Amino acid sequence: MLKQLTHVQVWVDDQDEALAFYTDKLGMELREDVTLPELGNFRWLSVGIPGQDVSITLMAVPGPPVFDDETREHIRTLLAKGASGGLFFAADDAQSTYEQLKQRGVEFTQEPTEQPYGVDAGFRDPAGNHFRMVQQQG
Amino acid sequence: MTPVPPERHLLRAKDLADARYHEPLDVETLARAAFVSPAHFSRQFRRAFGETPHQYLLTRRLERAAELLRNTDRSVADICLTVGLRSIGSFTTSFKQLYGVSPTAYRAAHPPTERARVPTCVRQAYARPLSSSFREDKPRAPG
Repeated sequence: MLKQLTHVQVWVDDQDEALAFYTDKLGMELREDVTLPELGNFRWLSVGIPGQDVSITLMAVPGPPVFDDETREHIRTLLAKGASGGLFFAADDAQSTYEQLKQRGVEFTQEPTEQPYGVDAGFRDPAGNHFRMVQQQG
Repeated sequence: MTPVPPERHLLRAKDLADARYHEPLDVETLARAAFVSPAHFSRQFRRAFGETPHQYLLTRRLERAAELLRNTDRSVADICLTVGLRSIGSFTTSFKQLYGVSPTAYRAAHPPTERARVPTCVRQAYARPLSSSFREDKPRAPG
């Protein structure tokens, strides 16, 4: 049996920009930041929500030898179009979290809105990844 | 650092249409959100997302209207204005073109039901009618 989900991967355009966004703006902590010269300076970079063990790996879209240039451009374009999937977060207070993140410059796609399952808001990271934040109904 | 693909800016216009469809949005406003000149905006948007910004916004509004027809008892005129459309006549025409029936007939055929709890953003994304059902979008005859 599988035991646990440890990392989820998110494609990003620029790892430095992403790191600043996920830590300074979203309030996550840096978990791993390792650059491997033997792998063409591949950088394994992960962040996470303090107190939760799942990490988010901020993965640069690689060129050759992993992907040919055309494939890499396809992925980057899909990312920019918002077609790269998303993550769902929970918040205790969606409205105050929204105000805090908005003030830090997070790009919201939807303000906190009452839904049958709770209060729901949407935002994006600089690369175009889509995230939801839900305050579950008690 | 590689520059951000231009689609990232066009995505902002798409997000704006999703978030503020109830306001009197025009192509100029959407173009501004994408940092693109209005002259090039529609073509670029269409290249990125497969339909014009006008079609995207209209189908978003009709999707929202269909939701309100199914799940509220508000009048057709009220729903039309609520989703950002000003002419009830063209609302009814567009609605018929995409859903095959008038708003009133659609409501009668879709009584409110207990709904599975998938996030609303998912529901909105999947429920939007295809703008290709508009007659103006039908492939032209060859020649």
